[in-house]
Parts: sequence; structure tokens; C-alpha cells
Amino acid sequence: MALPKYTETRYRIWHYLYLTICGFVFFFLIAPLFVIFPLSFNAEEFLVFSDGMKRLDPDAFSLRWYHDMVYGTKNPWGLAAKNSFIIAIFATIGAVILGTVAALGLSSRHMPFKGLIMATLISPMIVPLIISGVAIFFFIAKIGLAATHLGIIIAHIILGTPFVVITVTATLSGFDHSVTRAASSLGSDPVNTFMKITLPLILPGVISGALFAFVTSFDEVVVVLFLAGLDNTTIPIQMWTGLREQLSPTILAVATCLIILSTLILVTAELLRRRSERIRGINR
Amino acid sequence: MSSETQKILTTDGIPLEISLKKAEKKNKIKAFLLVAPLLLFIIITYIFPIGEMFTRSIDDRMVTNMLPKTFKAMETWDGKELPPEEVFAAFLSDYRALAEKKEHGKLGQRLNKEKNGFNTILKKLWRKMKKFEDGNTKEQIMAVHKRFRDVKYWQAIKRTAPPYTMGKYLKGMDMYYDEDGKVVQVEEDRRIHRILWLRTLEIAVVVTILCFLMGYPIAHLLATLPMKYSNLLMICVLLPFWTSLLVRTASWMILLQQQGIVNDFFVMIGLVADDNRPEMMYNKTGTYIAMTQILLPFMVLPLYSVMKTISPSLMRAGKSLGGTPFVAFWKVYFPLTIPGIGAGCLLVFILAIGYYITPALVGGASGTLISNQIAYHMKETLDWSFASAMGLMLLTGVLVVYWIYNKLVGIDNIKLG
Repeated sequence: MALPKYTETRYRIWHYLYLTICGFVFFFLIAPLFVIFPLSFNAEEFLVFSDGMKRLDPDAFSLRWYHDMVYGTKNPWGLAAKNSFIIAIFATIGAVILGTVAALGLSSRHMPFKGLIMATLISPMIVPLIISGVAIFFFIAKIGLAATHLGIIIAHIILGTPFVVITVTATLSGFDHSVTRAASSLGSDPVNTFMKITLPLILPGVISGALFAFVTSFDEVVVVLFLAGLDNTTIPIQMWTGLREQLSPTILAVATCLIILSTLILVTAELLRRRSERIRGINR
Repeated sequence: MSSETQKILTTDGIPLEISLKKAEKKNKIKAFLLVAPLLLFIIITYIFPIGEMFTRSIDDRMVTNMLPKTFKAMETWDGKELPPEEVFAAFLSDYRALAEKKEHGKLGQRLNKEKNGFNTILKKLWRKMKKFEDGNTKEQIMAVHKRFRDVKYWQAIKRTAPPYTMGKYLKGMDMYYDEDGKVVQVEEDRRIHRILWLRTLEIAVVVTILCFLMGYPIAHLLATLPMKYSNLLMICVLLPFWTSLLVRTASWMILLQQQGIVNDFFVMIGLVADDNRPEMMYNKTGTYIAMTQILLPFMVLPLYSVMKTISPSLMRAGKSLGGTPFVAFWKVYFPLTIPGIGAGCLLVFILAIGYYITPALVGGASGTLISNQIAYHMKETLDWSFASAMGLMLLTGVLVVYWIYNKLVGIDNIKLG
């Protein structure tokens, strides 16, 4: 953003001030994530940079907390990770199927009561989580699924579907319906048309909805705290317990792994977004 | 052509109009059938339970169900003097039935909330009633304890007769029904819930304002920079967005601790003395800082998507017509971003008002918000009806915010991502 030559001094000053402020905000957003990296390799038990680390002494760094994370005695992280992945994967599958099918109906121009139905479907996203948590707990407890994986999966499907509905309807808004009509006129049945024509075209939207649903489930702690028993502990629950009791470097090792995971998800989501915009013909 | 003979027919000989209507109806049903599974799922698992929260929050049938005969006998009692013999007899028979089911303890606890000292005399009654003789129940019960001779205790039972109560809602606002059934406030030093509501509101408002002040400039920068730079900077917004809430909270706990990096930095630049490091965590400062960073992406993304659609030529036009850059910004650019501001602020406010994980971890004693209280009653005291009542009060507040937003900006103007 080069300034034109004729800019007056005070606007020049203002402009650089503005850039500095932006710089600070970006730093504020991203810097906290990078504190975790070096500290998770700390050889000592304290959560501050030791003198050795400041001198970049190799002895001050170690992998002991990662070792502890994987092999530690009475270590909850293995079970928690397994549970988290199982729950998140099944919740994502459920949310994607229900959400995509509903989005297909919602983006049809024949859909009656569109506004009201859309509001109902995305309500779990716009109601504060604690209220959703109480309501979902009552339901899950009533059908006797409290403290089971299935109960938590159902809860996370409820929380995840709004994201799928929103992303897939957004993708469908630029969808050219004449291609499905063309398929029908050539004798394809609706299911075949969906699998062969519609799905490949809306796939970027479906996958980014799936990523949202996955992250929602994987990172969800409020509802799980109500529903989980000892066998259903998840990574967020373990982190919550750990952070409340004592901040240990093992948590930082786990946190580092989670940051790497979220980086992967970010990259996938960005690639998909660009691809989807190309398909939808949005020129930027 | 004359209208009566020349109706357009399809190949099957059905008038086109009817045929089209039929097709339209079929399409409507088809579209609805696609939505139906999710709609049913959400209604059954989510909307109904929210309704159940309401019935639970006003439900007060416990005593009504426990003392059916007593309430029947009390129908004719005027409630001014001690009730007649039939009421005493009915009460004893109800109480005996409860004792057989071992539920008499619950009744004692519930009635004790209505009138202090009830639990003790009921326990005493339970011990003595085994030796009761038939007939003249009134005298025998009154002999158990002098409080049974006090009409106030019988009035307390009568007060619990209606199957519904607003008591839990009043409790959420630090009020209660006194012995005459009037609504009164609790003593000044015990009004905890009002403090919590105000604190929750304060934190949500302050965090929303902070997010707006920080988010607006960077969203503007992202929207006006050339693609290759803005894509790179966008990572700074998106990586925190995708990163676990607890991870980000953990990093703030490390940064803000007394021996943490932020304090190290302050000492280094000479802002504070080494032995006088300020406490930045376990107070509101910590909550504000951490929540602002965590919710900032939700402000930036809607602002960005709105700003992206504003043509830069508008600002140039404003300037070429004689406006200074500030005037051009204020009169041209800013009004166009209002839908984005609305969406961002609404999103951040709603998220902030229901938050409790981060405040609970970095806020210390000041980090207890209304959501913590709801979770506490759900998990610890098991007073689910009170938790439901507070949840619904919060929900009402949120719906009011949506309503105001809809009046000011229009809900259709929300743009996400």
C-alpha cells in the first residue's frame, strides 16, 4: 500500500500509525501460539524459559514431555486421543450426511417456510453453548445414553450440523441446476445424478463443512463435561482438568500436537476454499 | 382465441395449469422430504429439550405428588387458623406412605426451604408416629413439637400446593417468596446472582468493544492489501481460529503468569520493578486479554467479507469530491461496513456471553460467570430446575439481543465467511 506522492505529512503519519497498530494486532493474534512450541521442549519442569534455553544450550531442551505424553504412567492422553478421534469422526459423518441432504432441500426454490426452517436448523450454533449443553444433556440422559460414546456423538452431531448446512448451502447458491436437469433428461435417476454430478461439484463445500464439524467436536468441552463418564474422557476434558489443577509441560506437548493438527486443517480448508471459489466462478 | 375452448393442454390432455401446479407440489414435497430428517432430528434432540428446560424450571409438583390427601383436605381450610382434624389425619397418612417408600427425607428437605425448621420436626414426627394411637391425630401431632401448633408451618405446606412456581426465576434474580407469598429481595450481602449477571454482561460488552477496536483496522488492511500479502496475513487470523480453545487459553496462562514472558518484557523495558510484577492473571485483566484474542477472528472474518465487496473507487470518488481522507472514510466507507460490524459484534457478543472455560481458567474468582453457575448447578448441586431457569433467562437475553439487532441492521444482513 504505497502512498501517493502528494500525501500530506499528517496523513502519512496517520498511515504509518495505522500500519503499526495492525502489526501489533496481528502479533497479538498469532504470537501466543508460538510460546507453546519452545516450552514444550523444556528439559525442566517449570513453565518459564530457563537460562539454558535463552542461551540455546542443547542440554536445556529435551523430548521428555513428549515421552511422558505417550508412555507416562497412569497417563490419560492415549485413551483421550482415541475417544476424541472416534467421537469426532462419527459425529462428522453424521453431521455431514444429515446436513448435506438438508442443504439440498433448503436450496431448492420450492422449499416452503425456508426462513423458519433454516433458523431452526442453525439454532444450535447461535444459542450459547451452555444452554445447548443443558438441553442436550436432558435429552441424552432421558434416552439413557449418558456417559456413552453414542450419547456424545449424538450431541456433537447436533452441534456440528449447522456448519455443514451453512457451508453446503453457500456452495449450492452458485450451483447451476441445469446440469442436474441435463443429467435427468439423459435418463439418470436422482441418486445417480447426485453421486455423479452434484456431489463432485459441491464437494469442496461438503468437505469444509466436515472440517468445521470435526473441529467443533474435537474441541468441544462444555457439553462433554456434562455427558462424559470416566471411560469417555476426551482431549479437551483432560486439558481442562489439567489446566485447572496444574499446568504441566506435558499439556504443552499435547498442545503442540494440537497446533500442528490445526495447521493441517487450516491448510486443507484454505485449499478447498480456493478450489470452491474457482468452481463457483468467483473471480478475485 | 376464446378462453373457454382454448385451454392449453399437455400431451396427456390435462390442462397445463393443473399439471404445473401438480409438479410444483411434487417438488415442494421432494424438497421438504430432504430437509425432514435433519429437521426432525433437531426438533427431537434439541428444540423439545429446550422446551423441557422450561417445564422443569417451573415444575413444583414434588410436594403436590407427595401429599395428595393433605392437599385434598386442605381445600376447605381457610388458612388463617390451625387446620382441622381431617387435615392432620390426611397429613399423617401421606407421611406414613412416604416413610414406607423412604421418601420422607426428601419432603423434609423441600419443606425446610419453604419454612426453616421443618426438617427437624418432621424427623421427630417420624420417630414418634410409630407409637401413635388411632383417632385424635391433631392432638397427638401437636404434642410432638410445639411448631406443629404454629399455623405458619401449615401455611407453608399450603403454599407449595400449586404445581407451578416462578420461584427458581426469582432465585436467579436474588428474590424469593416470603411467608406471605410476596416477592421480596434477599439481603444485600447475599445478592450473588445479580453480581454474576452484571459481570457476565460487562465482560461480554467490554470484549465485544475490544474486538471491534482491534478487528476493524486489520480487517480493513486485509481487504485492501494485494492478494499475495493479505493471504499470508490471513493465516494470523485463521490459525488461531482453527486452534483449540484450550490450547489458546493455556498459552495465555503461560504468558500472563507472574514469572511469564509478558511480565519479563515489562521488567526488561523498565516499566515495572522486578520485585513488583503486576498480577495479570486470575483477575479481569486476564479474562479480557485472553477472551479478546480468542474471539477476535469471529470479528475479523465477517468484517473482512463485507469490506472485500466495497469498491476502492468509492473512497477515491469521495476524496476527489473534496473530502479529506477522514471525511471520505467516515461518510462513505464506514456506513458501508455496518452490516459487517453488526454481524461481527453480534457473533462476538453471543459467544462471549455464553463463555465460561476461559474465564474460569484465567479469571480466578472474578472469572465466575453465569455459565459457570449453570454448570455448577448441573453437576454439583444437581438443582437442574434452577440451572434450567437460569439458562432460559440467559436465552431470553440473547433473543432480545437478536431482536434489537434485527431492528437495527436486519438479520439477513449477516454475512459469515
